Amino acid sequence: MVANRSFNLGRLFIYGCLFAFALFYLAPLYVMLTTSFKDIEEIRSGNLLALPQDPTLYAWIKAWSSACTGSECQGLAPFFMNSVKVVVPAVILSTVIGALNGYVLSKWRFRGSDLMFGMLLFGCFIPFQVILLPMARLLAELGLANTVTGLVLVHVIYGVAFTTLFFRNFYVSVPTELVKAAQLDGASFFQIFRHIFLPVSLPIFTVTIIWQFTQIWNDFLFGVVYSGPGTQPITVALNNLVNTSMGGKEYNVDMAAAVIAALPTLLVYIFAGKYFVRGLTAGAVKG
Amino acid sequence: MSVSKAKKPMTLESLLPKIVLAPTTAVMLVCMYGFMIWTGALSFTKSRMLPQWDFVGFDQYAKLFANPRWDVALNNLVVFGVLFIAVSLLLGLFLAILLDQKIRLEGTLRTIYLYPMAVSFVVTGTAWKWILNPGLGLEKLVRDLGFENFEFRWLVEQDMAIYTIVIAAVWQSSGFVMAMFLAGLRGVDDSLIKAAEIDGASKMKAYWYVILPILRPVFFSAIVILSHIAIKSFDLVQALTGGGPGYASDLPANFMYTYAFNRAQMGVGASSAMIMLMGVLAIIVPYLYSELRGGKNGR
Repeated sequence: MVANRSFNLGRLFIYGCLFAFALFYLAPLYVMLTTSFKDIEEIRSGNLLALPQDPTLYAWIKAWSSACTGSECQGLAPFFMNSVKVVVPAVILSTVIGALNGYVLSKWRFRGSDLMFGMLLFGCFIPFQVILLPMARLLAELGLANTVTGLVLVHVIYGVAFTTLFFRNFYVSVPTELVKAAQLDGASFFQIFRHIFLPVSLPIFTVTIIWQFTQIWNDFLFGVVYSGPGTQPITVALNNLVNTSMGGKEYNVDMAAAVIAALPTLLVYIFAGKYFVRGLTAGAVKG
Repeated sequence: MSVSKAKKPMTLESLLPKIVLAPTTAVMLVCMYGFMIWTGALSFTKSRMLPQWDFVGFDQYAKLFANPRWDVALNNLVVFGVLFIAVSLLLGLFLAILLDQKIRLEGTLRTIYLYPMAVSFVVTGTAWKWILNPGLGLEKLVRDLGFENFEFRWLVEQDMAIYTIVIAAVWQSSGFVMAMFLAGLRGVDDSLIKAAEIDGASKMKAYWYVILPILRPVFFSAIVILSHIAIKSFDLVQALTGGGPGYASDLPANFMYTYAFNRAQMGVGASSAMIMLMGVLAIIVPYLYSELRGGKNGR
């Protein structure tokens, strides 16, 4: 704040507000982190904002490997792995399908394809409560109830609407003349995709993958409805851990667990924030 | 603008676009629209544990609206929705306007305001549950500062629990509204403000009369997105209050989950889901209509 002429009360007010709100947004993260390094004695005697006097990893180790999430006490580790097992295939499949769909919907439109796109777009908005019950039946029929595969399937089905939207809106801006010229040269449908579209697609793949990763990692609704004891994703396990009251409540373990559950998406945000924000606006404003 | 020509002979190549789109179309028709109809049909039956197809007309809806718990959930949705949308809009707009004043560290501040959007509502709920903990959380902090009689136990108060959900939801989503408004502000021509200032308007007035009207579409989108988030809110309630105390902070999505999956009242669950769908439609259809009509020329 060295600016000479513009430094006045107005500027002071602006910076004051901005920093005050920065503290408001940072406070929960600060409280989570500091609490997770305290022991339970210190939590009871000290206060929310105090730094840990005697930092300990006890809560982190317990949250990761031995905290109870309902009837079993193996910590979050197995559930973290469940989430990884769901997220990786679901993100890859929904992104690839979305890319091909978007390619067709932007450059190979046929009668009915616009209607199809409109219906898909609408699908981005439906409250999932209207599909929960029949989807549960379908998964049971397929023998996929309470399985990781079932959860992957659900995420792919309802993620494709968004990924298609992303790619379609991105590919619309690729010049159609390019496609026509390639066609005249005898290039096929897939050759054109491979040689004209894929090379320019890195940004949209990044945006889509980050969007899908965040959505699926953070999902709770599908996880709680379609997974069983051994296949629960981390969000469900975190909720169970926090709401399991065996013995005294260990807030430090709760907080360590919450940070563990948040860490993957936070890291993505920190390292690829630009793409995350782009997905947010593309996905939310348009879908 | 389409590339495919109608008069080509039917070759595999010419069918490829349709073949590529076919699986998604089929799955969409079954798993979105088919399922919606299935749930709709189910809401007119007396299904409980398992679907059964004895049609009972609007009985389930009558039951639903006679249920005090649904009443609470709907009221909560109104309270939560209105406050959540209003506060997020005001805060988001306020921060965006401040950030638009050629601020140092703008990038860092933006990153800080927006990071909550990257974490799960379950994490948000868990964090705020601890902060608002009666006894050890905020209450103790303020008491330690010397205000011995300070009380803050909204989390366990019937009438106040829903407001804790507003606080946590605003914390999570207002940064996103800020980002939308900031993007909108960046699209406004600087000379407009200058012109207004030359005409003698204060900066405040310039924003109020010149800039805000230009941002109308952003308001519109933000309201649609926020109300959509509000109607679908489920995880935050589940993690922060569990719908409690009792069912005082239930929202419709939590009601639906409880009745459809924990209480084996499929018919009631389905009818509550249909009401939620109607709510979303009432917001989304006009929005999509105007978006698609306005966006026809290729976006």
